Amino acid sequence: MIGYIVRRLFQSVVVVIGVTIIVFVLIHFLPGGTARATLGARATKAEIHAFMVANGYNHPIPVQYLLYLKRLLSGNLGFSYHYNESVVSLLTTNVPKTAVLVGLAYAASLVVSIPLGIYQAVKRNSVGDYAVTAFAFVGYAMPTFWAGMLLILGFSIYWPVLPSEAPQGATVGAILSQPSGLVLPVATLAIVNFAMFSRFMRSSAIENLVQDYIRTARAKGLKWWWVLYRHLLPNSLGPIISLIGLSLPVVLSGAVVAEAVFNFPGMGLLFWNAALKQDYPLMMGFTVVVSVATVLGSLFADICYAIIDPRVRFD
Amino acid sequence: MTAVGEQPVDAVPVVGGAPGADGAGNAEGGTLHAPTPGWRLFVRVFAENRLAVVGVALLVFVVGFCFIGPVVYHTNQIQTNFNDANLAPSAAHLLGTDDAGYDVLGRLMVAGQVSLEVGVGGALLSSLLGAVWGAISGYVGGWVDALMMRVVDSFYAIPPLLLMLIVATIFARTTFVFIVVIALVSWLPTARLVRGESLAIRVREYVEAARSMGVHHLRIVERHIFRNVMGTIVVQTTLQVANAILLLAALSYLGLGPPPPSTSWGAMLNNGLNYIYDGYWWLIYPAGVAIVLTVIAFSFVGDALRDAVDARLQRH
Repeated sequence: MIGYIVRRLFQSVVVVIGVTIIVFVLIHFLPGGTARATLGARATKAEIHAFMVANGYNHPIPVQYLLYLKRLLSGNLGFSYHYNESVVSLLTTNVPKTAVLVGLAYAASLVVSIPLGIYQAVKRNSVGDYAVTAFAFVGYAMPTFWAGMLLILGFSIYWPVLPSEAPQGATVGAILSQPSGLVLPVATLAIVNFAMFSRFMRSSAIENLVQDYIRTARAKGLKWWWVLYRHLLPNSLGPIISLIGLSLPVVLSGAVVAEAVFNFPGMGLLFWNAALKQDYPLMMGFTVVVSVATVLGSLFADICYAIIDPRVRFD
Repeated sequence: MTAVGEQPVDAVPVVGGAPGADGAGNAEGGTLHAPTPGWRLFVRVFAENRLAVVGVALLVFVVGFCFIGPVVYHTNQIQTNFNDANLAPSAAHLLGTDDAGYDVLGRLMVAGQVSLEVGVGGALLSSLLGAVWGAISGYVGGWVDALMMRVVDSFYAIPPLLLMLIVATIFARTTFVFIVVIALVSWLPTARLVRGESLAIRVREYVEAARSMGVHHLRIVERHIFRNVMGTIVVQTTLQVANAILLLAALSYLGLGPPPPSTSWGAMLNNGLNYIYDGYWWLIYPAGVAIVLTVIAFSFVGDALRDAVDARLQRH
């Protein structure tokens, strides 16, 4: 068990270093370099040179990478010249809000897909099973923004019950103070999540349903719902836990689009605006943070899975 | 996963009165039954899958619509015409016009051409990258394999849309750049799959035999590994096209897609979102339906291909 954790930890460190290298390489591809991107098209050669010396861009590339790594480790993710704030402070204001959105979306999709997956496994190949599969299929094929637009059309225009814009505000409290505005963005993200989770839950539950211990439990006379709840459910949850960790990058991509559709004042919207304005420090800083979070999340999910299911520990 | 009603492929001629051991129920004599050739089995499993037939039909329709449509239905997609902006569907403009005066049906065709080109190109490039990476990684093994797979893990950790946005802002927005960008985020599943197959094939006896005969490593990789994983690669490529179309749509929706006068389905929806309260449904539904139909078609075909490839593999 300890060996497994140590191995996964070591792998994660290597992956994180890999991510910083990728981001560093991308920074170097900036047209004209970071100096020109920061100072603008009208900066003179002297200003550019001064900027490069001051920020250490005249060293050889490996040295630059080590300096970059040192800055990252000391918590300096860069400075956003468009917002005139350090990247870290921008992240601390906006990441919690996106975390609320993504967290609620995960919760909503799990609450729906886990029972539905078990239902689909128990009533395999019935009309209900096919209907849910078809819905998940279409949900998978829909771009996130299209799902958002359809929801807006449905619930804000034809049947005006929900606002089409997300709650605005600088703090998490402000966001949560208007829950009706959160419904549509969360639902948009949850649709694609649901499509993923319900397929996995269904196949995992089907696999476990044919096991002997389920048959034994029924033969003992236990009620069906008790068997499902106490025996089938915990054993089928394993792959879902891994999937939660692994799906974080895709869900965050979806969050960028969902925030753009609903004007949700989170990290995704900030990243999009940064992309439009070519604010590279913010984009790079956020990418590093998100990737590290993904690696940690996946590591955490794998450790949880190994704790729950001892069969996984010896690979 | 053999097709229904197919004879077991290893039916051997049974001489004399020995009971038929192949399950074909022959008590005496036997049947001389040639095993179904791999390709025929492949095509048969594919054709029996109704969703696959629907998928292929949809694909033919979409490709025909996008590439042959403009020949039949002439519209001006270059010059804007603000007098005719936002007109409802009529005889002159079958799906109305958008806010720059372009005919929406014609725009759907142009956008479809771009989306399909970038989607297929991106998927093909991603499969090429992924297959080569995975094959080398699996074949060489050892620390090289571990290192190459950690690179794959690093790319997996970065959200695809973030990487695409960064690259799209750094480089010019040409079709080639979009193809490269999509390939950059899509090559990972193929790499993992091919690496797995490569690891499995590497230890087989025929590879050992080939090495002992002095066959060069590259030849072994090409002849034994690639030919065996080709089916899996084709399946992955088809599914990646669906993914690529969604990725390009998201990128265009965020405004960083093909620049005007070129467009893509996502960019049309970006435009349409501005008029969502005005009831101009022709700016919103057609492009979205086009995306969903195309992605579903590629997904059906990809899933059916996967079943057909599995059937063929099981036969071996």
